Amino acid sequence: MSDFTAEEVMAVTASRLLADHKVVFAGVGMPLLASAVARLRQAPNLTIVLEGGIIGAGLLPGHLPISTNEMRAAYGAQMLTDITDIFLFAQRGYFDYGFLGAAQVDQYGNINTSVIGSVEHPKVRLPGSGGANDIISLCNQIFIVTQHEPRRFVQQVDFITSPGYLTGRDSRERAGLLFGKIGAVVTDLALLDFDPDSRRMRLRAVQPGVTVDQVRRHTGFELLVADEIEELAPPSPDEIEIYRTLRDGPASSPGTAPVPIAEFSERPA
Amino acid sequence: MGARVSFREVRAQREAAEQRVSDKRMTAAEAVSLVCDGDHVAIGGTLYSRTPMALVFALLKQRRRHLTLSRPLSCYEVELFLATGAVDRIVTSWVGIGLRWGLAPIFRHYVETGAATYEEWSHLAMGLRYKAGAMGVPFLPTLSMLGSDIARTVGLQTVTCPYTGEQLAAVPALNPDVALVHAHRADMYGNAQVDGYHHMDVDMARAARKVIVSAERIVSRDEISAQPWATMLPHFAVDAVVEAPYGAYPHECYGAYEADMDHFDSYVQSIREHGVDAGLRYVGEQVDANADFEVFLERVGPERLAARTAAARRLMPR
Repeated sequence: MSDFTAEEVMAVTASRLLADHKVVFAGVGMPLLASAVARLRQAPNLTIVLEGGIIGAGLLPGHLPISTNEMRAAYGAQMLTDITDIFLFAQRGYFDYGFLGAAQVDQYGNINTSVIGSVEHPKVRLPGSGGANDIISLCNQIFIVTQHEPRRFVQQVDFITSPGYLTGRDSRERAGLLFGKIGAVVTDLALLDFDPDSRRMRLRAVQPGVTVDQVRRHTGFELLVADEIEELAPPSPDEIEIYRTLRDGPASSPGTAPVPIAEFSERPA
Repeated sequence: MGARVSFREVRAQREAAEQRVSDKRMTAAEAVSLVCDGDHVAIGGTLYSRTPMALVFALLKQRRRHLTLSRPLSCYEVELFLATGAVDRIVTSWVGIGLRWGLAPIFRHYVETGAATYEEWSHLAMGLRYKAGAMGVPFLPTLSMLGSDIARTVGLQTVTCPYTGEQLAAVPALNPDVALVHAHRADMYGNAQVDGYHHMDVDMARAARKVIVSAERIVSRDEISAQPWATMLPHFAVDAVVEAPYGAYPHECYGAYEADMDHFDSYVQSIREHGVDAGLRYVGEQVDANADFEVFLERVGPERLAARTAAARRLMPR
């Protein structure tokens, strides 16, 4: 595993979940990279939608956007509209996949990106929902992608910014969230889903070299474990090269030291 | 917390308003004097895209008090308003500088100490609040926000569909007192055209009681009529027009210039050095010290602006 960063492992794992001809509502960073990798491999007809009103984002390798609302995100787009319109497409059921990150996630897939502590007396005031609440409420299938740490995988989130299966069973539907399901949770340690009855998070597969016990120790709640746990294939050289080329630009090679996407400053030539 | 919905009142105000097809050009300082203490000001664009920064700077300079600010996604301008004591309440779905710069420390300070209130809605809810306001109705139904703590904290109400019996969220209309938006072109009457994505500007402006448009260029009525499909707002929905080339800088303006990330880097560096005081320092150095936005841009320098324009051109379809 040491050949890859946690971010690379998660992005590649997530990219494999995306099928051809589907429409993915992606955020910037890892979700966008995962979607772009999928499009260059198994899903050439995958349509990438970004919250800033962008449908069919093109992407310029090495010059990826750092927000969903900027010209780099619109590069090569097939349609530009407004923000509200994008979410109304989601509400209509056009978006097959939605990606979310999480500061905190609980066993029912409820996500907090609003506040550590209470709203009234915040310990840390986080940026807030942005489109996350709408993505999890309206897209057909949701993938949560986040690093697997006990401080993130908590017994109870401090605040439900984005509702997963709420308190389990049919509570999501009873709250009026008629559509959408939380399809998978992708982490640097594992691939998880939700038990169809209890809607509790369930371990399905581990990243290469990771043990079930290791996943349990990094999870702050009692984790369901599927009867058979498979080991995910490591990122292939091809996947990694595509990933790094997208992130760093065509000049880089797999041997080049990775540059975090958040730190690029080169402009398109 | 229950939202105050004033759709009858804003409708009456619109009907009573004096409609004149007249020259609405004015300076940024004159235009933002339409904003009163205690007003709800909506700021167009989103995050660091097409934010009406020339108008924002002019408003910062006038040191209004007890404002409420709303935006789709909010950037560092919110921190500047907080630092000058102009704003008590922020109504938005997200506050940061940009993902690259992590959490916004000045925003955190004001909200965590209780000096300002952050009223958090979902992104779509903000869009539908403006849209309901723009449509002249008191609310819009949606399947979003249900079951979340966001719904609980803002006192979101539900409505039962009279046809299917389903329960939906009823997002209350938002009619800002003043909306500030930036356009690519406008004529003196207020017909305003935008290239590229519209963010939530159209609904935000049409919901507002008063609308100030800044524009990269003031053009003739004929130039507007040459491509009427690009018009985002008609003249009768606009109260003031301000000529502001590079009027969204250091934020981007689609096709005209990319955002200046180095400017944000300097801002964040200053926060690292000076802590929360960096907000007031920035306003002192970049806003108060300059006679107007034009002087601010002169100090940024034409080469730096031209480089941002060249970068934007390279991203445009050809």
